[in-house]
Amino acid sequence: MAEAQLGPKPSQMSLVDKLGRISWGLIFLTSVIACIGFGMLYSAADGNLDPWASRQILRFAVGLVVVLVIAVIDIRIWIRWAYVIYAVTLAILLAVESFGIIGMGAQRWLYFGWFQLQPSELMKIALVLALARYFHRIPLDDAKRPALLVTPVLMLLAPVVLVLRQPDLGTAAMLLVGAGAVFFVSGVALRYFLVGGAIAAAGVPIAWQFLRDYQRERILTFLNPEADPLGAGYHILQSKIALGSGGLFGRCFMHGTHSHLSFLPEHQTDFIFTMLAEELGLVGAAGLIGLYVLLFAYGFAIALRARNHFGRLLGIGLTTTLFLYVFINIAMVVGLIPVVGVPLPLISYGGTAMITVLVSLGLLMCIFVHRDEQINRRPG
Amino acid sequence: MQQYELARFRIFTRRVAVLGAIKLALLSVVGNQLYNLQIVNRQKYLTKADENRINIRLLPPPRGRIFDRAGRLVAHNKQNYRLVLVPEQSGDIQLLLHTLAKTVPLGQSDRARILNEIGRRRSFIPITVREHLSWFQVAQIEIDAPDLPGVSIEVGQVRQYPFGATFAHVIGYVGSASTEEITSDPLLQLPGFRIGKSGIEKMHDLELRGRAGNVQVEVNAHGRVIRELDRDEGKPGNDVTLTIDADLQEYAATRLGAESASAVVLDVTTGACIAIVSTPSFDPNSFIQGLTQRQWGELVNNRRAPLINKAISGKYPPGSVFKPVVAVAALEAGVVDSGHRVRCLGHIQLGNRAFHCWRRGGHASLSMISAIAQSCDVYFYDLALKVGVERIAEMAHRLGLGQTSGFDLPGEKHGLVPTPDWKRAMYDDAWQKGDSLNTAVGQGYLLATPLQLAVMTARLVNGGWAVTPHLTRSVGDEKRKDSPTRALPKNIGLSHETLAIVTRGMGQVVNHVRGTAYSARIEEARFAMGGKTGTSQVRGITDIERRSGVVKNKDRPWGERDHALFVGYAPISAPRYAVAVIVEHGGSGSTVAAPMAHDILLEAQRLDPVSHLSSPLNIRLSEISKV
Repeated sequence: MAEAQLGPKPSQMSLVDKLGRISWGLIFLTSVIACIGFGMLYSAADGNLDPWASRQILRFAVGLVVVLVIAVIDIRIWIRWAYVIYAVTLAILLAVESFGIIGMGAQRWLYFGWFQLQPSELMKIALVLALARYFHRIPLDDAKRPALLVTPVLMLLAPVVLVLRQPDLGTAAMLLVGAGAVFFVSGVALRYFLVGGAIAAAGVPIAWQFLRDYQRERILTFLNPEADPLGAGYHILQSKIALGSGGLFGRCFMHGTHSHLSFLPEHQTDFIFTMLAEELGLVGAAGLIGLYVLLFAYGFAIALRARNHFGRLLGIGLTTTLFLYVFINIAMVVGLIPVVGVPLPLISYGGTAMITVLVSLGLLMCIFVHRDEQINRRPG
Repeated sequence: MQQYELARFRIFTRRVAVLGAIKLALLSVVGNQLYNLQIVNRQKYLTKADENRINIRLLPPPRGRIFDRAGRLVAHNKQNYRLVLVPEQSGDIQLLLHTLAKTVPLGQSDRARILNEIGRRRSFIPITVREHLSWFQVAQIEIDAPDLPGVSIEVGQVRQYPFGATFAHVIGYVGSASTEEITSDPLLQLPGFRIGKSGIEKMHDLELRGRAGNVQVEVNAHGRVIRELDRDEGKPGNDVTLTIDADLQEYAATRLGAESASAVVLDVTTGACIAIVSTPSFDPNSFIQGLTQRQWGELVNNRRAPLINKAISGKYPPGSVFKPVVAVAALEAGVVDSGHRVRCLGHIQLGNRAFHCWRRGGHASLSMISAIAQSCDVYFYDLALKVGVERIAEMAHRLGLGQTSGFDLPGEKHGLVPTPDWKRAMYDDAWQKGDSLNTAVGQGYLLATPLQLAVMTARLVNGGWAVTPHLTRSVGDEKRKDSPTRALPKNIGLSHETLAIVTRGMGQVVNHVRGTAYSARIEEARFAMGGKTGTSQVRGITDIERRSGVVKNKDRPWGERDHALFVGYAPISAPRYAVAVIVEHGGSGSTVAAPMAHDILLEAQRLDPVSHLSSPLNIRLSEISKV
């Protein structure tokens, strides 16, 4: 199928045109947040670039190039390949999760040379892509017909079930809610959300059966962390102590006694926000959250500005995914939800989340670059 | 088409607004939680954070030392060199142990224990490879240090008793606190902390122990020390100085030798204990290193009771040593005077029972002084019948018998001075005249400890001053008991005449040719001693035995032989030292105990050449010589 078929009269932008349309403000904001992350990793290593900060800087530098590359790829290519990307990702997920072909014990990573990737991470983007294409294609009236909802619901449930089997509660929740956002802004009738919610509530006791002991323990611990301060409640309690002792202005950069004395587990990955809040206080924590809000605002603005429905839906889906990373991570370390192991975007050390986040940002940028493109409802 | 797109866009924007609102709401929940944690409850978490990271460790204070009267160390703390290794710094443990084994012998079991500990503990916690290293081994390891990663020498303290068995019963020993001994003192929780288990170590434990210091260290979640925050050195234990003269103590212990015996030497003017020995003894140092089951069994099961301080815990019938008490009681009661004479025919008849004198043929007519000198039983039977047992008992109490003295060692026994009331309460039986006769010659129910007999002697020869025995001269800087400012003892109110008669009798025991201890006299006049012999039976002699001839002492089994006793004092002109010697089942007081007392008193005077000077000056001089 030729590119010409995708739009009525697709404008042929040159590479220079496209670079000119990039939102450098968003790139700058992303870099600011990433730099805060480098600082925290530097502090986590007691004032050393090694082992974390230096690698994270390198990854981010490469990642920025990826963002730009994704941004200048024609958005019609993304919509055309959306289902293929989804299908391939689902196949890898199926292979890794169910048959353990590439699996490494419980971790189930894919190794690509110097970085690793969890297929479930990739699925967060692939699912949003596929759903965006699906709802871009069907007319609004059809979105109200239950028969036409069967396909997207199956597209959602397939990876969720696979991820739950791992079991990975955090990713499953992010897939559900991220996809739910796309459903929601696509105009799916509210009553279906009520029905879906009811089914989910009924499924909780069944899901409980599938949970591993450590996950049940995490949930029970979350409900009453002080019951076993040295056991399962340790992480939450130590995190709260570190946060609380930070106060308004914190204990000063590099002087977060609690984090540095390794009372805090995983202070360079999942609990890095705790360290930031201990060292920089409420001011620093609220400041970072403010930067994230700005990032989400960019995402919303890009979605609203897009002239094509695919871009709008994809923009909201990706922004929601980013939001979920931030919300779940911070809510977890402040003790609002159970410990589920979701990293803080652009701050936590680690390659997988970084790739998902940067690819999402790249796609957001791609939507922005192609904001004025019209895309035919029936591209295939 | 436009219409349709517009409708779709309208729904989209509306729902995006709702979604954005939901997200903001969720973030404000998180923000509110942060506010609660960091602002509202900050103090609570700040306190918890400090508790979490500050670890307080106790520093055991060095235990106070113990000196004899001349400042010689009798208990101190030796450096204990421990070889420790930190596994995480050591690399190849097997190789390291192999290298170490060249210097320090390491058996198969040692290695197994070390590897086991390495497996159990966190890798940064030092593991003790071996304790009590010799100086040579320490030097060798320091030289080899570059080849021994993670290995270091730690210095601890371990109690040491230079005089070993000689002072075992005086000083006692230290050991880990048992569950009953645990108090609120946090030191007792320290692994390896030792407290006094007997003797002076127990008596002055709190003084010797000192106050624990502590060090506040910042630790991480694994307990690894990051840095030291604060240090309080605590207060070392106070030193204790004894009245004991280590030379005399050693001499007396050697002189008693292998016998099951005890000896006490007191300064008659102050009550200060110069020597107190109980044999056989044990080496308290072996208690510090740890005894094997077999060694412990041998100590516990030994019939001669090496673990018991017989000088204060041994109760013996005093035998004839008690006779001066009867004499004093009779004279003070006024029932007889010094001219009272009794004709001894070898026994007296009481009802249908005969009470024998130790000398079968009798002593003929004796004065009180001769009766003491020759230890005539019949004379004292006669006195006892005249004066009555109540007055004898009352006098015995005044002289320090039948009660604990407040001596500063744990385990002092109070002995027994029987009275009719006591017998009725104890046996529900009436006091018989025969009981009085037995009491008069120090047999029957009467029991006394060697310490009590020494105190009795001191009070008889010092003019009736109720000195109390003690062996603590000072604790820390505070002068105690033996210092010149000490309150003078009360006088027990005996007349000069009474005391003169009794001491003259006791002088003749040793120095009169017919005295029972004449062979043990001190020839050198300025050191001459007086005293009283005693040979106490541990079983009654039946009439049948007496008729068929009493089996000679040395032919009887050890446990049935007589106890040999002697109490003495010297110099006779101005008494300064009192001694009590008891040899369990040793035979006769005159042939066994008296020669020992002779040697000990002579040595005591030789060691203290100023003994003939009056006491206040004497103390000052000994203070000077101590410095």
